[in-house]
Amino acid sequence: MKRKHQRLLLVLGSLGLVGAGAALVLTAVEDSLVFFYTPADLAERNITDDRLFRLGGLVEEGSVQQSGSTILFRVTDFTGTVPVSFNGVLPDLFREGQGVVAEGTLGTDGTFTAKQVLAKHDETYMPKEVAEALKNSGRWQNGAATQ
Amino acid sequence: MLHRFANPARFSRIAATMLPWVAGVTAILFIVGLYFALFASPADYQQGETVRIMYVHVPAAWTAMACYTFIAAMSAISLIWKHPLADIAARSAAPLGAGFTIIVLATGSLWGKPTWGTWWVWDARLTSVLVLLFLYLGHISLTHAFDNPARGAKAAAILALVGFVNIPIIKFSVDWWNTLHQPASLTRLDGPSIDPSMLTPLLLMGVAFTLYFVTMLLVRMRADLAATKARALRLNAAE
Repeated sequence: MKRKHQRLLLVLGSLGLVGAGAALVLTAVEDSLVFFYTPADLAERNITDDRLFRLGGLVEEGSVQQSGSTILFRVTDFTGTVPVSFNGVLPDLFREGQGVVAEGTLGTDGTFTAKQVLAKHDETYMPKEVAEALKNSGRWQNGAATQ
Repeated sequence: MLHRFANPARFSRIAATMLPWVAGVTAILFIVGLYFALFASPADYQQGETVRIMYVHVPAAWTAMACYTFIAAMSAISLIWKHPLADIAARSAAPLGAGFTIIVLATGSLWGKPTWGTWWVWDARLTSVLVLLFLYLGHISLTHAFDNPARGAKAAAILALVGFVNIPIIKFSVDWWNTLHQPASLTRLDGPSIDPSMLTPLLLMGVAFTLYFVTMLLVRMRADLAATKARALRLNAAE
């Protein structure tokens, strides 16, 4: 075997090992790589009180209420739904049917108290006219592209 | 095949003939692409005019990742077949890639504030792109960290190959984990989710950024070759 073939095998072998190592590490720490939990995730996990975490999903249609300076709404992933209360400034993109990520704590009554609410943008880009045309023709899929 | 282009004198000659053409096409594509991106494309139904940031952000991200892939390939060629031109290509490309990565992070931040409501979050996509910037900076530092340039090139090549594992992580971070960053709009199984009127400027800018990278790479490699030659001549004259 020539020297350069040895080096080729060495480089390929090392790359394979580094890749496998990275895959193992990423699988092991998967929980902390996830930016938010969905309402369905919450049902599977035991979130202890006062633990700060992020909750993500869609703002349920017709769920947004204002009581004083507090905004109440429900976050849903169509499997589970979590009521959220928030006292602060909402991003411009916040609206019903829109994806949001809220950071805060889950109370004993099952209400999520958010300290911060971020809007999640989906990967769909289109002009206003196209969006309206889709809505008019009934081919609009609300929130279908979230996550 | 590899040996034909690995001859520095021949490479320099080919590069010199190619340069005016590549640079000219790059300039034309930037003018046309920016016209489409800033004037001849519609505002988005949700983001409004903010969508125009995408026409710089996304092509810069593509080029930053393509540039790193190029450096990794050159590093493998350098380590296995010991071509000096591969080292020169890698060290000429690294500062360009770092520049593209800074553009990605800066424009992404400017887009994130009005759209998400935050300049920065530590989600998997944003964090892995920040790691890409650190890999570029590490590559540049390692290249210049040794008195003997060959040792610097070898250390940088090993870093580039180990760091290559980050490229698929960046690409698939939005599919493997929940992130605030949205998934890919273009490489989807059911076709792009971008309206054609917005896809045109995006693709034009994508080609413009790629050709800009090629132009700058050729310029930098020629300058590097000339500097190496000048150093050799000076050393000869001193003896």
